[in-house]
Amino acid sequence: MSVTEMFSFIQGFLSADQDVREDLRKVVQILEQAAREILTVLQSVHQLTGFKEIPSKCAKARELFCTVRTQIADLKTKFPVEQYYRFHEHWRFVLQRLTFLAAFVVYLESETLVTREEVAQILDIEVVREKGFHLDVEDYLAGVLIMASELSRLAVNSVTAGDYSRPIRISNFINELDSGFRLLNLKNDPLRKRYDGLKYDVKKIEEVVYDLSIRGLGKEHKCGEDK
Amino acid sequence: MSKREGDGCSRKKAETEQERNMTADQSSSSIAAAFKVFQQELDTKHDKYERLVKISRDITIESKRSIFLLQQDVEEVLKEAAVKLDGVTQKIGLIAEELRGEDIHQFHRAFTPGIQEYVEAISFLHYIRHRSLISLEEINAKLVFMKAEKSSVEVVPADVQVLTFQVTPSDYLLGVADLTGELMRMCISSVANGDIDTPFQLSQFLRQIHDGFSYIGNTGPYEVSKKLHTLRQSLAKVEDACYALHVRGSEIPKHMLADVFSSRTALIDPEESMV
Repeated sequence: MSVTEMFSFIQGFLSADQDVREDLRKVVQILEQAAREILTVLQSVHQLTGFKEIPSKCAKARELFCTVRTQIADLKTKFPVEQYYRFHEHWRFVLQRLTFLAAFVVYLESETLVTREEVAQILDIEVVREKGFHLDVEDYLAGVLIMASELSRLAVNSVTAGDYSRPIRISNFINELDSGFRLLNLKNDPLRKRYDGLKYDVKKIEEVVYDLSIRGLGKEHKCGEDK
Repeated sequence: MSKREGDGCSRKKAETEQERNMTADQSSSSIAAAFKVFQQELDTKHDKYERLVKISRDITIESKRSIFLLQQDVEEVLKEAAVKLDGVTQKIGLIAEELRGEDIHQFHRAFTPGIQEYVEAISFLHYIRHRSLISLEEINAKLVFMKAEKSSVEVVPADVQVLTFQVTPSDYLLGVADLTGELMRMCISSVANGDIDTPFQLSQFLRQIHDGFSYIGNTGPYEVSKKLHTLRQSLAKVEDACYALHVRGSEIPKHMLADVFSSRTALIDPEESMV
């Protein structure tokens, strides 16, 4: 094989690789748009009127996840399944966002932490790599961490809306989450950086709980009307 | 009476407290249990990654040593380098073993430096022996490992596990880019040794590689464009040497030519060490 032949072989490989990436970028873009739509729906829970609408908003979000599922199904067809990690960077971010959204919906519905299996089910993907297009554990954890900062916002806004018990429940939840993350030996990677942000969320929620308890607002709901 | 009431109240409180603790315990234990699973998964992955980094580092060191030997261009040393490289090939077998059943790309970053260095060394050896560029298939053909279950050679094929390792085209490309630096060094030292033919062969070969890289341009990985710059510099040095050889070759006897170039390499040297 001559040098020129060798290089044109490599060139062929590289341009095929670029074509795949181009395709992926397009699908991921659509997926990101879908994720933003879900986020917009869920954002209304922060509004004064939104608290009563939580169940209906969650239902709406779950509906929107349908389109996400079809788009992910489309994404899966764009590359050989055993090369998941070769193209991982393309969908990693959007998968984290979608995990966050799924986790947020599940939290709003049941105040529990979404499991990796549940997220996989909502997105119609796998949990283990061997089975196909899956949710990487680090992406799942990153998504959960995004939710943590959303919950600290929710704690603040639920006080404004007159719900004084929610911040306390959020506080307990976040503390459990924090102690869960403490179990992990994180390397100096993006997930670690994300986790380092968790303490600010914890702090924020603690401040809210402190403000409530020092005024005795957490215990008696009636006090809300005096304000 | 009031006492009893108070008691009841506190008891009730204690009960609800207990209840709450229980539910909290339940959910926290489920979160904790889930995170213990994640912990294990992450640890396994990180450990594997670290092991691969370590193997890769060994491969880099051994490859560098064999390249150093190859630069001396003595037949005996050449054999020694070849033996060393066989050892490196076996080390790549360790990577293949770690990656059995895994997605190569998940851990690619751990071992890519070692593989590039290996490509550089093996292609250098190939060039010295055959004066041609080793192809990706030829490299991959070397990276087939038989794992026989400690028994005689006549085992049933089912007992022999065949492990393969595939060098990715981009690692190959980056290794070849590094090879050009070695070829430049080889060119200068062969001039210094009074070898007149090798520089011309080398400049021809380097030009072909350079053309190949120009053809690929920036469709390749990001590192390629960085290395392309170094490649241009190496090529220019080799072309300069050939030019000087050609111009002065006719007027100076061979043994004196060597002197001319040894002073010239001394001038190039500081730049070279940066490469």
